[in-house]
Amino acid sequence: MSEQKRRSQTRMVPVPSESIVPERDLGKPPVLETHHLGIEFGGLKAVDDFNLTIGRTEIAGLIGPNGAGKTTVFNLLTKVYEPTQGTVMINGRDTKGMNITQASQLGVARTFQNIRLFSQMTVEENVRIGLHNQIKYDMFTGILRLPRYWKQERKQHTEALELLSIFDMQDLADVKAGSLPYGAQRRLEIVRALATNPCLLLLDEPAAGMNPHETSELMENIAKIRDRFQIAILLIEHDMSLVMGVCEGICVLNFGKVIAKGTADEIQNNPVVIEAYLGKRKEG
Amino acid sequence: MSVKQKKLIYNLVTIGLVAAAWLIFTLLLNHDAGVPRKERILSSSMKDQLIPICCWIVMAVSLNLVVGISGELSLGHAGFMSIGAFTGIVVSGWLLNGFAVEDATLRLVLAMVAGGLTAGIAGVLIGIPVLRLRGDYLAIVTLAFGEIIKNVLNCVYVAADGRHLNLGFINNNIAGTMLLNGPNGAKVKTIATVNAGFILVLITLVIVLNLINSRSGRAIMAVRDNRIAAESMGVPVTKYKMMAFVTAATLAGMAGALYGLNFATLLPTKFSFNESINVLVFVVLGGIGNILGSVISATALTILPEKLRFLQNYRMLVYAVVLIVVMLATNNRTIRAWFNTLSERLRPGKREEAKSHE
Repeated sequence: MSEQKRRSQTRMVPVPSESIVPERDLGKPPVLETHHLGIEFGGLKAVDDFNLTIGRTEIAGLIGPNGAGKTTVFNLLTKVYEPTQGTVMINGRDTKGMNITQASQLGVARTFQNIRLFSQMTVEENVRIGLHNQIKYDMFTGILRLPRYWKQERKQHTEALELLSIFDMQDLADVKAGSLPYGAQRRLEIVRALATNPCLLLLDEPAAGMNPHETSELMENIAKIRDRFQIAILLIEHDMSLVMGVCEGICVLNFGKVIAKGTADEIQNNPVVIEAYLGKRKEG
Repeated sequence: MSVKQKKLIYNLVTIGLVAAAWLIFTLLLNHDAGVPRKERILSSSMKDQLIPICCWIVMAVSLNLVVGISGELSLGHAGFMSIGAFTGIVVSGWLLNGFAVEDATLRLVLAMVAGGLTAGIAGVLIGIPVLRLRGDYLAIVTLAFGEIIKNVLNCVYVAADGRHLNLGFINNNIAGTMLLNGPNGAKVKTIATVNAGFILVLITLVIVLNLINSRSGRAIMAVRDNRIAAESMGVPVTKYKMMAFVTAATLAGMAGALYGLNFATLLPTKFSFNESINVLVFVVLGGIGNILGSVISATALTILPEKLRFLQNYRMLVYAVVLIVVMLATNNRTIRAWFNTLSERLRPGKREEAKSHE
């Protein structure tokens, strides 16, 4: 498989913050850095001392058993939660005190584990919301239908269709988002996130509910998106064929702590990871 | 038919319907003007209803912007109407007394603009605390603000002393011609016209429909559909909630100014909680988020209680029963299906298309 070949070609190199990035990204500032990131919910440490660096064009994976705190990490990175410890740096900027909207404007876009589309709106309108801060005009231009309104609306339309064509969804532009089949809804969430022109794309279980054929197609598309937009992608996934197939660096989380980091081969053979997933072999 | 074409047709039908009504009523009023009472087509009660109907349509459409498009239940919409009404009355009276502006149209326009502006400012001030709340809490607080506005206006005295406006709060001992007389309300020189009413409705429809089909409107609906997703896409949630709320308040203020200048006396207690609920009934009955529905239901439900006058004391009872029956009927599948087949039969050309669509 070409995907696996690409992965084996990527050499991962360690960086000072106890993480690894692809060799090609070494000269560029990392897109995401977290230092000792942690959050407590009433004494429960959901995430503790989480350190991760992601390179400019890296595809990284975040895996771990159920309840390990993966989605909590995403919520910390997108400022749904304010961390109780540590820092999140996006594009070298500290996100302390920012809200979700400001984090998005810094270039973080995400999809959701439980799909959160604007279900009453059409597919195209969903993508247009993603373009909200890319192609702008103000309220009065819209109400008075000034020339700028028509110009920007046309621009939004072509841009939205072009983004939808990544997943061959341009024919569905006029369909209500809520009536799309499950797999298409997941793909639409990715398109909508891409429309915000991110530098870091967070995918929360993009292959959940997809059949093996759709999953392998998604895998190719993830690599395609990275190549085309030159962005970093961090994904949470339980489907190991996808994670091992497309991710360059993988971070394993258990009980809120990082238990292993490395390339796919390293993770697959790491005894701590195997224990976290399967339990310890009984002695004797 | 694509979604875009459907939307365009919907908008054109909505605006066209109002424009047609305007034309028809202008013709009827012109016809009635020169003939004796017996030959008039419009009854005098119907004629008197035209301006209030226009006001209630604007109220319903603007509340639909908050309830249907922005998805927040607001129970204090009559409060903004009352601010607009009394501002309009004061401005109109002041212009007449202080500046001797005899031109009624000019006074009406300025009064409506002033009413809209003050109601809009009140919308901003109320929106800042209220829009931090969600769901039921927001409904309760807007209800409270509606009542506060009513009770504050009950204590305000305004008098025009030449070009100077004298303001009294609880204290009615102020010099000049009384414009607002606290709980005794305002004596108004009526200057509202049917044309102004229809123009206001058309302006409201253009503003609301154009807003919905623009970048800002989509952002407002995105916040309604999924707040967290909208935030994650970089949509500033508070800004767009505020936009919907303040636009609605401004339109309600303009409708209020027109309404206030249509009656010889106006009491602050007129704009009570009941009126807010009444407008909400228009919105719910016409369909939440459905602008054309709001226009139709506001018209029908303003006329209905008048037409039921012959029932005397049982009038409001029957009104309530009618509301319940309509609600049940529009939510009943069999009746809906019957309506659909009926509308298909009325448009034989569309029948095949509808069938192939299924």
